[in-house]
Amino acid sequence: MLRSLQIEPEKCTGCLQCEMACSYQAEGVFNPSKSRIKIFTFHDEGRFVPYTCTQCTEAWCLHACPVEAIVINEATGAKEVIDDICVGCKVCTIACPFGTVNYNQETAVVQKCDLCGGDPECAKACPTQAITYVDSDHSGLERMRAHAAQNLPQDNA
Amino acid sequence: MAWTRNVLRVNLTNGSITTEPLNMQWANDYLGQRGLATKYLVEETDPTCDALSPDNKMIMTTGPLTGTMVSTAGRYSVVTKSPLTGCIACSNSGGYFGNEMKNAGWDMVILEGKSPKPVYLYIENDKAELLPADDLWGKSAWETDEQIHAKHQDPLVRIAVVGRAAEKGCLFSAIVNDLHRAAGRSGVGTVMASKNLKAVAIRGTRGVGNISDPTKFFKASEDGKKVLAENAVTGEGLPALGTQVLMNVINEVGALPTRNHREVQFEGASKISGEAMLEVRESDGKANLTTNGACFGCTIACQRISTVDKDHFSVKDKPQYHGNSGGLEFENAWSLGSDCGVDDLDAITAANFLCNEDAVDPISLGATIAAAMELFEEGAITVKDTGGMELKFGSAEALLWATEVTVRGEGFGKELGQGSKRLCEKYGRPELSMTVKGQEFPAYDPRGIQGIGLAYATSNRGACHLRGYTVASEILGIPEKTDPLATDGKAGLVKAFQDATAVVDSAGICAFTTFAWTLEDIAPQIDAACEGDWSAERCLVVGERIWTMERDYNLAAGITGKDDTLPKRLLKDAAKTGPAEGRANDLHKMLPEYYEVRGWTLDGVPTDETRSRLGL
Amino acid sequence: MKHVIVGAGPSGVIAAETLRKVDPTSSIILIGDEPEPPYSRMALPYYLIDKIKEEGTYLRKSSSHFGNKDIDIIRDRVSTIDPKNKSLNLEHHDVINYDKLLIATGSHPITPPIEGMDLPGIHSCWTLEDGRNIVNKAKPGSNVVLMGAGFIGCIILESLALRKVNLTVIEMGDRMVPRMMDQTAGNMIKSWCQDKGVSVHTSTRVDAIEKGSGDSLKVKLDNGEVLDADLVISATGVAANIQFLDGSGLETDEGVLVNDRLQSNIADIYAAGDVCQGKDFSTGEYSVQAIQPTAADHGRIAAMNMAGKDTVHQGCVNMNVLDTMGLISSSYGLWMGIDGGESAKLCDNDRYRYLSLSFEDDVMVGAQAVGLTQHVGVLRGLIQTKLNLGKWKDHLIKDPTRIMEAYLANTQAIGHNAGVI
Repeated sequence: MLRSLQIEPEKCTGCLQCEMACSYQAEGVFNPSKSRIKIFTFHDEGRFVPYTCTQCTEAWCLHACPVEAIVINEATGAKEVIDDICVGCKVCTIACPFGTVNYNQETAVVQKCDLCGGDPECAKACPTQAITYVDSDHSGLERMRAHAAQNLPQDNA
Repeated sequence: MAWTRNVLRVNLTNGSITTEPLNMQWANDYLGQRGLATKYLVEETDPTCDALSPDNKMIMTTGPLTGTMVSTAGRYSVVTKSPLTGCIACSNSGGYFGNEMKNAGWDMVILEGKSPKPVYLYIENDKAELLPADDLWGKSAWETDEQIHAKHQDPLVRIAVVGRAAEKGCLFSAIVNDLHRAAGRSGVGTVMASKNLKAVAIRGTRGVGNISDPTKFFKASEDGKKVLAENAVTGEGLPALGTQVLMNVINEVGALPTRNHREVQFEGASKISGEAMLEVRESDGKANLTTNGACFGCTIACQRISTVDKDHFSVKDKPQYHGNSGGLEFENAWSLGSDCGVDDLDAITAANFLCNEDAVDPISLGATIAAAMELFEEGAITVKDTGGMELKFGSAEALLWATEVTVRGEGFGKELGQGSKRLCEKYGRPELSMTVKGQEFPAYDPRGIQGIGLAYATSNRGACHLRGYTVASEILGIPEKTDPLATDGKAGLVKAFQDATAVVDSAGICAFTTFAWTLEDIAPQIDAACEGDWSAERCLVVGERIWTMERDYNLAAGITGKDDTLPKRLLKDAAKTGPAEGRANDLHKMLPEYYEVRGWTLDGVPTDETRSRLGL
Repeated sequence: MKHVIVGAGPSGVIAAETLRKVDPTSSIILIGDEPEPPYSRMALPYYLIDKIKEEGTYLRKSSSHFGNKDIDIIRDRVSTIDPKNKSLNLEHHDVINYDKLLIATGSHPITPPIEGMDLPGIHSCWTLEDGRNIVNKAKPGSNVVLMGAGFIGCIILESLALRKVNLTVIEMGDRMVPRMMDQTAGNMIKSWCQDKGVSVHTSTRVDAIEKGSGDSLKVKLDNGEVLDADLVISATGVAANIQFLDGSGLETDEGVLVNDRLQSNIADIYAAGDVCQGKDFSTGEYSVQAIQPTAADHGRIAAMNMAGKDTVHQGCVNMNVLDTMGLISSSYGLWMGIDGGESAKLCDNDRYRYLSLSFEDDVMVGAQAVGLTQHVGVLRGLIQTKLNLGKWKDHLIKDPTRIMEAYLANTQAIGHNAGVI
């Protein structure tokens, strides 16, 4: 059974523990600017919304990559960037319609959520269970994806 | 490690910006943030200097834990000499600014001199520059925040800014960061504006590393978070009701100062309480509270995110106040509410928005308005002074008017902006000022809570609850319950709280953790993050060293043991109602013992022996 | 079923792989005319700066990749096609028959009609072979003239600068990347390059190139200036590889004309990638985009239709991302805006930051960004989903940086946020 990150924004307090956990796992330092998950703040509305790659089946980033640097981890379903192969051309960053692949100018490769190989640090660090890692069927993620992508052409194979 | 070991020094007079390594010997002795920056200030400035002159320096500083995964570790402090009190000032703030500064690579930013023209400091990692702020001068903190964000095209630039109040010389101006978090007390914003520095904007993407022992660190920080989550106050009360969880509690124990401390219980307390913030308004079907929020890294999340009813007179036809913003903390609800006798939740929330919009300390503002209201009722201030406004206790209109003119530095607001002490002196009734060393009281009446009276009297930055929060013990039973009406043992209690708090404020974490954490919980987290052995015992010594250093600064600035006192009203006029009925504060029973446990003379001067024991 | 694909670039390779997935029993032949395994032109600049070896440019890293998928690769050039007999004539191989044919022959650099363009020392930067030549000739201190500051010209700037050559860029347009960015952005990129020591002439043409002393060249500009050059790189644009289709009956214009199934006027022949005049999402018109994501999309959709799985191509958003000596810029869709549409702009020349959003009613139709690397893809998402932004259009006009918030506010219909944001 594949698992997915379930995000419930109404539980998020904007503490950014997830961003610290993510960046520490990926970069070895606490550095929210390098986090693969991001909290977006809606100040006037009083809301915080965590958002990261949904590991969408369309895999726009993977298909746009000219050098096969993004591959599917069969165990987790995550689309993972292989740093050694990525040349840093950034085509995936403009191809991902969700804006969840980012170019890192310091490392000169792109970065995205890889589900930490199946044990996502963000979910473990979240103090309010706004981010949980659950069976995909129960996550509501499909609905989220469907809604987010409803107008995108379903032209993938 | 955990420190970045880098200090940024900005000379505003000549525009030079230099970097230097952090003095690690001092870091070992004073930990960071409050303690370490105070050490720098002590070494680099003359305590007798005019706080608003270029001779004073202002230090923005993070702690070694700031920016790490320790819960609440996003704090920074502003250390300078206070123009309100003449004492050392150290104001601490949350939000995201502190973490950004640490991520940019700085333990400390030292601001010296005075810029010939309005400027703001922009820091992007190791690049720092002073940029013109002529177009920002005269703008509110909120407008300035918006304009700087637009200029740098990055919503993640974190900005600390002063408002119009500070520019106009209001002595209790704050520095607001992230729109509604504030280095609030003692007029640190006034100092910043006196340097023609409108804002400090930071983007940091370098990361915080250098964790001394990562395995121990994650274990210790996890343990710490668990303690916070399982504690009734930090795990339930604060997330649900914020600090406003205290409004009804403090009113019941007869320690809620009301109408400028004339009374100790407020008949309208329940209407402005944390519980009231959850009630759905009839008018628009929404509650005052939208949600709770967290500062950077905080797993408690006590922030209030609130709205004011769009049709309420305070914000009607002013859409800039219709969205969510920082809501009422207990201190603000008290100062703008019961201390002014106002029980209109929307009005108090709106007044609080105004304080954030122009970066003003709502405690000092509310308490000064309360003093003005008493002066008005006593006939010392008249409508001639106010330009027609009847400054009566209980009047929400008067509260909003007084708030607005003060935060914008207009008309009578300039007099209010001098604070309660100067206002009451000017109008010939100095005894009506509820201040210690010129700083207004927070929300606990020392007649109903005896120990906090001693904490106020001896606080190094004037009346303040955050320098030794004995309320935790005397009311909430943390770490153990003491009788709020007793004076026995309070000297030792106050010292213990003062020293422990100095450590908390120097580490980069929030004082509210101490509702659940003792130094036994905190020390292992510092120890795992920082080089060397940071036991609870060592931390306590560091705390006492910091406290005594601050005391020495104040003594050198001319503030002596004679200033360790409370207003006559609190020492002589007994509480009229509640559990403390008939009691005044018995400071005289506690103060000599306090000096003794501190190892100070009867005049309140640290002895040579004490200084040498602490390595001062 | 026998599928034949002409062209082994991204479009052809993705088409072959897609066909294998959806038509497992078919025979698939992929024909390419370059000696190397299928590689990516997008990766060439990184090869030039030695970030990757030649293998790093290969589209697929495993040498057995195509064999494992039972995709036959033929290294040859197709000389003509014969739709009547459903066959191809190759230069060196026997005639190949097909059931379905995909034309994915890409494009080639054009040679501007300038005297002296045939002199030695003038190279384009298009193939791995071109890359090797440039690497060999661009020695430290040598004078290099780059003709054209379009997309290709700009992405190789850094590699040339890193080789410490004296670099001069000549661009006919009034700014850099004129087909990708507006005046503000194009001039921002120009000033960035100049700051980095590159001499940039815009609104300038090369009149002629002549032989100088020794191996050097003289580049004559229309402003009268004459530049000495050890190496001239021509990057003045590309054109579709359609010459070999002359006389085949296949309709072409800028590229092969197709319908919204990427099918040409001849039923069994499809086209994809740079050679294909496909549908543009923003204009609804058919044009050659010549960009990597479009090539990938075309390859997939053409393959689906070749395999009999009817798939409509909604049109590709024209978009580009460019790294010009460390300054990152991108543009999407109708970045120049539309008549009567509103726009939102933020510009900070000192810090090389620019963001411009264009709207039609409350839908974003185009965008440009300089200095933005975070969440840029959402600009594509906002454009391609034709998301009705509602009040968020006004928010964006006030603060264009809130693109992610605008997207989330309008799509995250989960939890009670749905009614709030």
